[in-house]
Amino acid sequence: MRTPLGGFGTSLGDAALLQTPLHKFHVENGAKMVEFAGWEMPMVYSGIIEEHHQVRTSGGLFDVSHMGRVKVTGRHARRFLERLCTRKIADMDAGQCRYSLVCNEAGGVRDDVIVYRMDDDDFLVVVNAANRAKLLAHFDRVRSAGDLAVKIDDQTERTAMVALQGPKVIPLIARISTEVPTLKRYRFAVKNLLVMKLIVSRTGYTGEDGVEVILPATFVGMAMGLLLKDANPKDPNSPVRPAGLGARDTLRMEAGMPLYGHELGEDVSALSCGVDFAISLDKDQGERGEAFIGMDALKRTRDAGGPPRTLVGLDVEGKRSARQGMKLSIGGKEVGVVTSGCPSPTLGRCIAMAFLDRALTAPGTAVQVDTGRGMLEAKVAKLPFYKAPKA
Amino acid sequence: MPSPADRVYSETHEWHKTEGSSLTLGLSRFAVDALTDITYVQMKPKGTRVKAGDVIGEVESVKTTSDVYCAVDGEIAEVNPALESDPGLLNSDPFGKGWLVKINVTNPAGLAKLAKAEAYDAAHPA
Repeated sequence: MRTPLGGFGTSLGDAALLQTPLHKFHVENGAKMVEFAGWEMPMVYSGIIEEHHQVRTSGGLFDVSHMGRVKVTGRHARRFLERLCTRKIADMDAGQCRYSLVCNEAGGVRDDVIVYRMDDDDFLVVVNAANRAKLLAHFDRVRSAGDLAVKIDDQTERTAMVALQGPKVIPLIARISTEVPTLKRYRFAVKNLLVMKLIVSRTGYTGEDGVEVILPATFVGMAMGLLLKDANPKDPNSPVRPAGLGARDTLRMEAGMPLYGHELGEDVSALSCGVDFAISLDKDQGERGEAFIGMDALKRTRDAGGPPRTLVGLDVEGKRSARQGMKLSIGGKEVGVVTSGCPSPTLGRCIAMAFLDRALTAPGTAVQVDTGRGMLEAKVAKLPFYKAPKA
Repeated sequence: MPSPADRVYSETHEWHKTEGSSLTLGLSRFAVDALTDITYVQMKPKGTRVKAGDVIGEVESVKTTSDVYCAVDGEIAEVNPALESDPGLLNSDPFGKGWLVKINVTNPAGLAKLAKAEAYDAAHPA
């Protein structure tokens, strides 16, 4: 085989890797550990497909401690974040989180983030692991350039973060908290549990209902005991079982969610990646309006009719999957490129996401995928491929 | 678990087991674990003439697509029919029921370059 370790996550080399506070938990639960963005992370425990179904039908627990958690506080914290984020911060309530992009001057994507508003001048920004160092440097530059009174505190390695996702997660949490099940999507609560402070948000990256929990690294053992109350991860009938990065990737693809390095990147226009809801090109208007970095470039792109290619879903015929980098064509003319693809465990067929020439993005449009060893037939599909049934 | 000692291993993670002029080829445990859940296997059909170093098929997993190479000259005599309905056999029993193809060997010279189980396992710890 040419690339047995292809895709994201290679086997462990000699490099010094960061370990999350849940490392022992992974090892005890038989995880296959891989390198991911400088961290040693669980790729899979029992099997990617099994873990995928576990999340769709019951509940999965993901360690997402590798993601960066950066506290932003101070008199100018809001203005600072307005300059960084493509979405308005001013109208966020305390207790609300918001998905946003952070762009470069050209309107390309530096990262996608979730901003938590703790208080007027108190925020937490969750960033991708692979972009943490880059963003911290960017934050520092923006603060200095604007002479802003902002304190930036990278709390990543002092805290842990786990995602509990699936239809049985909220009913389980209802047994230990009355407040958390009442949270609306993208709202969070700060819970004092015994001696530890937890941030519990109704967010996730799987297309299922659930929560993400941020907690002090030192209390991980205790918290896992509480979160997994009555749920033994090793028991195949347990309502919540651990799930790895492999399942996280197939789940987010079905849910049509972009991933940095695939659908998002510095050279990808923010307007092309299917998250227009998170880009407010008029956020400099009105009271407390503030432009974001990259806004002028994106306005020019919009005024020119939009980016040349935009993100679409693809239903791929047959059992062979389209993969990142494969070219799309119609009648021999190149019209796009695949960004992600997999055999979908829930749908039982191959799905993919791709950038496609703007004029060709109508659902049902037939395109060919060049695998390098033959062509696959595919049709443009609406994103997401999967939506959780209403509870 | 150590890889079986009755066969030799390529750098691209295929095992080759010789019985007379017939050779059975599959993927190592290390390889199938790295691929994760295998969803589809497409090998070249029976009767295909192959040379050492040729790509003789592809395996598709949830995570990635990989080529399969062979290290001998010969002709594909049989493709494992069980993998069509149950490609997961590659994950559950890579050294047994998950074999990929049998080859009638015309030139086994390429096998001399392959590693014994012990050396392979030392180079690719689980």
